[in-house]
Amino acid sequence: MNRRLVNLIVILIIFALAVWIDLPNNPGIKIGSFEKKLETVLGLDLRGGMQVILSVPPEIAVTQQNLQDAATILENRSNALGVSEVVFQTAGERIIVGEFPGATDAEEVINPIRQVGQLEFVDTGNTPLPPGTEILTDFGLPEPVTQPTEEDGKIRYHTILTGKDLKSVGVVRGQLNEYEVAIEFNPEAGKIFEEWTTQNVGKYLTIVLDKKVISSPVIEQPIKDGQGVIRGGFTAESANSLAVQLRYGSLPIPLNIEQIRVIGPTLGQDSLEKSLIAGLIGFAIVMLFMAIYYRVPGFVADLSLIFYALLTFAIFKAIPVTLTLPGIAGFLLSTGSALDANILIFERLKEELRNGRTIRQAIDLGWRRAWPSIRDSNIAALITSGILFWFGSAFGASFVKGFALTLALGVVVSLFTALFVTRTLLGLFLESIKEPEKRPELFGI
Amino acid sequence: MLDILGKRYYFFALSLLVILPGLIILAINGLPLAIDFSGGTILELQFPTTNLPPTEEVVQIYNEMGFREVQVQTAAGPSGQRDILVIRSPFMDEEAKNKVVSTMEERFGVEQITVNRFDSVGPVIAAQVTNRAALAVAVAALAVVLYITYAFRGIPHAFRYGVCAIIAMIHDILVVFSITGIGSVLWGWQMDSLFLTALLTVIGFSTQDKIVVFDRIRENSAFLRKLPFEKLANHSIVQTLQRSINTQLMTVEFMLLALALFGGVTLREFAVILLVGLFSGTYSSIFVAAPILVVWENKEWRTWFRKQNASA
Repeated sequence: MNRRLVNLIVILIIFALAVWIDLPNNPGIKIGSFEKKLETVLGLDLRGGMQVILSVPPEIAVTQQNLQDAATILENRSNALGVSEVVFQTAGERIIVGEFPGATDAEEVINPIRQVGQLEFVDTGNTPLPPGTEILTDFGLPEPVTQPTEEDGKIRYHTILTGKDLKSVGVVRGQLNEYEVAIEFNPEAGKIFEEWTTQNVGKYLTIVLDKKVISSPVIEQPIKDGQGVIRGGFTAESANSLAVQLRYGSLPIPLNIEQIRVIGPTLGQDSLEKSLIAGLIGFAIVMLFMAIYYRVPGFVADLSLIFYALLTFAIFKAIPVTLTLPGIAGFLLSTGSALDANILIFERLKEELRNGRTIRQAIDLGWRRAWPSIRDSNIAALITSGILFWFGSAFGASFVKGFALTLALGVVVSLFTALFVTRTLLGLFLESIKEPEKRPELFGI
Repeated sequence: MLDILGKRYYFFALSLLVILPGLIILAINGLPLAIDFSGGTILELQFPTTNLPPTEEVVQIYNEMGFREVQVQTAAGPSGQRDILVIRSPFMDEEAKNKVVSTMEERFGVEQITVNRFDSVGPVIAAQVTNRAALAVAVAALAVVLYITYAFRGIPHAFRYGVCAIIAMIHDILVVFSITGIGSVLWGWQMDSLFLTALLTVIGFSTQDKIVVFDRIRENSAFLRKLPFEKLANHSIVQTLQRSINTQLMTVEFMLLALALFGGVTLREFAVILLVGLFSGTYSSIFVAAPILVVWENKEWRTWFRKQNASA
């Protein structure tokens, strides 16, 4: 009796907490410096948006650190370009997944940020090169080239300085109001620059981005303050994206677009509404069935099913789990396994009652006998979820991940509700009924 | 008491009847792999009018840009009007897509074409996903069998239960493939990542059912030791039948049915495959897994040919 009351209080506390978290306008938790928002996070398929999978070309060697750095740089760049809520994550050994919620046409976003952004200042001697010319440089080679040498139809030049040697970058307007990128070298690089410009007055310093010439200005006089501007017929956007690329560093690895998925916002909204309606209908039918077929225990199971749904949703918000369409399907499916545990127990309960046991014995036996199959079958479901999750994370298939996660969470929460909530509530209900053994109709027998 | 196991060969025949047609379709047409596994692009465009441009002209635009093997379908949008074009083509990037859309707007004199969906999967990642997917299915199956063998370690022939669970699982996988094969012909279904998700779920839940039935056999064999195995197994099946029907038909299948009927187009194929697959999971635990245990216990294969001879 006492233990049941304690259990009931625990259940009520969890229930209240779950309802509070589930409130649509939950203000979130704020204790001192600890702050947590409690919001439903919708996946791209529900709110619309774009997912891009970038991969490292197969011939390039890559470390996990490279990949992680690249993802961070991509994220910084896109934030600097004002694209909100973009997330870049590494997946597997050679893949980066970018998600752009709300974006449908993000070409102008993805293309500039996936540029490697390797800026080089190249000594082209007495020849200016037209913009767009593709060249080779000795940057990163063990031996610098002393003379421009031809290889595979392109010419390899000597690199004096790179984007790494810059201290600051900004967009400015030139005398003719055209856009320019202003740069300042750090002190050591400034000295090298000064030395080189002093020795090479009248020659050409070619500025190259990702091995493509931007401009090829002539050195008119030695540059002593380590400052300069890059002119290259920029528009406001292209100047800004070059500045952003330089500011957040060049990518350690080149990246190709491997996969693009765009989901229109109306389609997402439509799917969300429809699957919610489907879920509600499913819930209603199932609850009706439980109450009609199992009577009192069925009604108790319905209560604990509501508890289960509220608690699971609260956990989704608290973690937070990104809700996707398959995620919702996984959640609905896990209600099936939540009820499975109840049904297994109730069937046992009925059997034991038919065998002439008292209610209390029947409940205890029912629970004890049903437990091994509940345990084993749920472990099997968890194993599958684990493998699905692994499969999903290795490929940035976030919806597979979402499905696995909601299914696994659902299985765990359903175990808790079946073994703790249903049991406690059923015990309390039966205590309030006089001589339940004489009223088998209460149990659907 | 219901004698389910006595009719086991009828049930085996019924399973074959469901599995074979779809597999024959797949054998003839090949697997209907979606771009997730084969690589390629799907572009779904919503037009402001139902006056959609002719297919040939759309294909023409693609051909001009160097894309061959283009398929164009029309579809109904959320408003119920057929104002949507679904175009499948080889892999293209964002730039090419924008060019396609702007060319269409120009050539067909349409003001604003909305891109509902643009899925583009490169060949490299598609090959990787396919390999990893096959691995995921194999690992899931193996893990589950190992777990069953472990969970039933206390009773005689624990390994048999694992093997029977695998056979029944393969049965369920084949049913899922078969229904997808049939769906591919009737409704143009394709095997995409959602298909894979459904398949792996069927594998996971299929085992759940087997475990419940096997668990009853495990429990009953403790105190019904003198009963012939066939009777014991039949007894256990009948005892768990109510639970199987209630869990599967009444709850899970109802949920999925609601999802299939009201859940929107995106989830329909997924829901139907799960519906059939999970039903097969329940069916196979009662009508395939347990009967095979009996066949094994009686070593019935010795009499298979003799029976044929006798009837001939």
